[in-house]
Amino acid sequence: MRVLAAMSGGVDSAVAAARAVDAGHDVTGIHLALSRNPQSYRSGARGCCSIEDAGDARRAADVIGIPFYVWDLSERFHADVVEDFIAEYDAGRTPNPCLRCNERIKFEAVLERGIALGFDAVVTGHYAQSVTAPDGCTELHRSVDTGKDQSYVLGVLTQRQLAHAMFPLGDTPKELVRAEAARRGLSVADKPDSHDICFIPDGDTAGFLHRALGERAGQIVDAEGAVVGEHEGAFAFTVGQRRRLRLGVPAADGKARFVLDIEPVSGTVTVGAREDLAVTNLTAIGPRWCGPAPDGPLKCTVQLRAHGDEHRATVALLGDELVVDLHEPAAGIAPGQAVVVYEGSRVVGSATIASTSR
Amino acid sequence: MPARPDAPAYFDHAATTPVRPEVVEVLVEQLQRLGNPSSLHASGRQARRVVEESRETIAGALGARPGDVVFTSGGTEADNLAVKGIASARRAADPRRTRMLAPAIEHHAVLDSLEAMADQGMQLELLEVDSVGRLDTAALRAHVERDPDSIALVSCMWANNEVGTVQPVGDVVQIARTHGIPVHSDAVQAVGVLPVDFDHSGLDALTVSAHKIGGPVGVGALLVQRGAEVTPLLHGGGQERQIRSGTLDAAGIAAFARALEIAVGRRAEHHHTLEALREDLVRRVSAAVPEVLVNGDPRPDHRLPGIAHLSFPGCEGDSLLMLLDAAGIECSTGSACTAGVPQPSHVLLAMGHDEDRARGSLRFSLGHTSTGADVDRLVAALPGVVARARDAGLLNRRVS
Repeated sequence: MRVLAAMSGGVDSAVAAARAVDAGHDVTGIHLALSRNPQSYRSGARGCCSIEDAGDARRAADVIGIPFYVWDLSERFHADVVEDFIAEYDAGRTPNPCLRCNERIKFEAVLERGIALGFDAVVTGHYAQSVTAPDGCTELHRSVDTGKDQSYVLGVLTQRQLAHAMFPLGDTPKELVRAEAARRGLSVADKPDSHDICFIPDGDTAGFLHRALGERAGQIVDAEGAVVGEHEGAFAFTVGQRRRLRLGVPAADGKARFVLDIEPVSGTVTVGAREDLAVTNLTAIGPRWCGPAPDGPLKCTVQLRAHGDEHRATVALLGDELVVDLHEPAAGIAPGQAVVVYEGSRVVGSATIASTSR
Repeated sequence: MPARPDAPAYFDHAATTPVRPEVVEVLVEQLQRLGNPSSLHASGRQARRVVEESRETIAGALGARPGDVVFTSGGTEADNLAVKGIASARRAADPRRTRMLAPAIEHHAVLDSLEAMADQGMQLELLEVDSVGRLDTAALRAHVERDPDSIALVSCMWANNEVGTVQPVGDVVQIARTHGIPVHSDAVQAVGVLPVDFDHSGLDALTVSAHKIGGPVGVGALLVQRGAEVTPLLHGGGQERQIRSGTLDAAGIAAFARALEIAVGRRAEHHHTLEALREDLVRRVSAAVPEVLVNGDPRPDHRLPGIAHLSFPGCEGDSLLMLLDAAGIECSTGSACTAGVPQPSHVLLAMGHDEDRARGSLRFSLGHTSTGADVDRLVAALPGVVARARDAGLLNRRVS
């Protein structure tokens, strides 16, 4: 097959591209330029679209022996990922931009362009497994390295997207991928993992949102509505957050308090005790299915944030909404995050959490 | 040099062109010789002799005096030296001289040097070009006459590197000279295809590079009239009239001189060959891909003979380049490149074209190894490539 290897400049995507070559594919490396202002690359900040990363990706492509190009997706990325990220926080939700990038950039903009240009698939260094089922459908499964598993951020992919995706690293633990990179002479072998949001390279999400949305002072109240503090913008908070609340009035029982709710219009942030975070029901919107949609209530497990735990649940489609009943209460569930539905290691689909209830 | 059957069809001679075999011979021979041209012993004197003979050859080929030639590491350094060196010296001599004028279509080596000076308190005034990419001399005159005493420097390229439009350098010199304003011209793309005579031009400084004319990368020169004050960028051993310190690259300079001698000697014939090949390319590509648009000045005596700059509506230049590359056909989307991130050409934007047209353009540049067979391959591949690229569309566009 003719395949496009999306190369970030990191170790995983470099090894994924090399493995695609070993598997006999005709591989072309591409680095996605995602920042709208290339000058900002020169700030020295580390992100997944710095000049240094583009250079690392190019060098890896040289070593692997494949053609390499940079594709400028900065406008699409800004419109579909960065603006969405800001708008979601503005609406009191907590989005996952990596998931959105996979959905709209890597496996939509890049994939569709690649198909038009004569390519058959996109290869990435995600830790997840793509398996062809006996019926010919492509299934998405968790990585064998459960600590690195990234199936959560791929849970938005549809059957068409999965059928044109290759994840060559899903059967290998991360340490072995690093060792393989070194063996292959890839100089990115010892490059540190990226953890930050790529368009916020300094890691200061609150500062980024403050610059994007301006100051939006509001009140922090307790469950009874009594004002216990003030803030400069509700967007700096996430449901389940405990740190940096700076409450002026201590809790009556002296216990730690957590963000329970964010009301975006008034900017009111409600805090309360840990046990008040517990959720047993949630509704989610915009469901996307990796294969056929479930035709009735499904006993399954769900994951409610990146690298979060699995929870046993029953999910059912009610119109356009996915209703999730958790078998045991779960805490710290933030609207805007995805609920990804699993059967065993297989991803069934996903939806965006809209509301939660106890 | 006969092309290998699997060799790519190379249409990027304006980026760099193959080193001529005669030049390789000179380079290899000189690399085996010992001696720093600044040393006082016999080996040093021998190396110095190679440099000075080369300097005489280069000066002779370009209508300059040997003493005008300041060797540099190439065109970029020569442009930096001219812009920063002359602007700094002129301002030092008279602090009122803070304005710098240049057409908006200059190469980044000039533009970014001007901007670096603007960051140090000078003012950069970019001049308009018309729709074919030619400097508007009326605009230049108006800018100059507003306050001629405040101008430190005018820089105007001899011919544009992207669309090939020849600039009215003679008019620029005439306008500036009345007021004693120095003029620099980047002639990197013109030398070897157009007659370039430094003395006759009336210019104060002129940039030339070896690797655009069949010489090696890493050597070039700034021709500087002896009266012109140039503040050095590189300090050290005081070589090159104290303007450019650094050990002279005798082998590179000898190879540069040989390449220039050949290029200038064969210039008229080369011009004729390139013009015929280009005409064939444009005619046949236009027939194969009827929607293609040709950028730059259509008049043969107002453009470089070896550049065909073409726009393909509805296509992303990156897509076209990648598909052609896969088919063994090598061209360019433009000169500007930030970390491999393609930017819409500032030249096409300055010519009044929109961003889509700027992004959907390719430069095919011909040179001394180009053949009709290269054009055949391009014409055969292009219709399919354009159809594919059009399907892929304008990638970086909002869809939601």
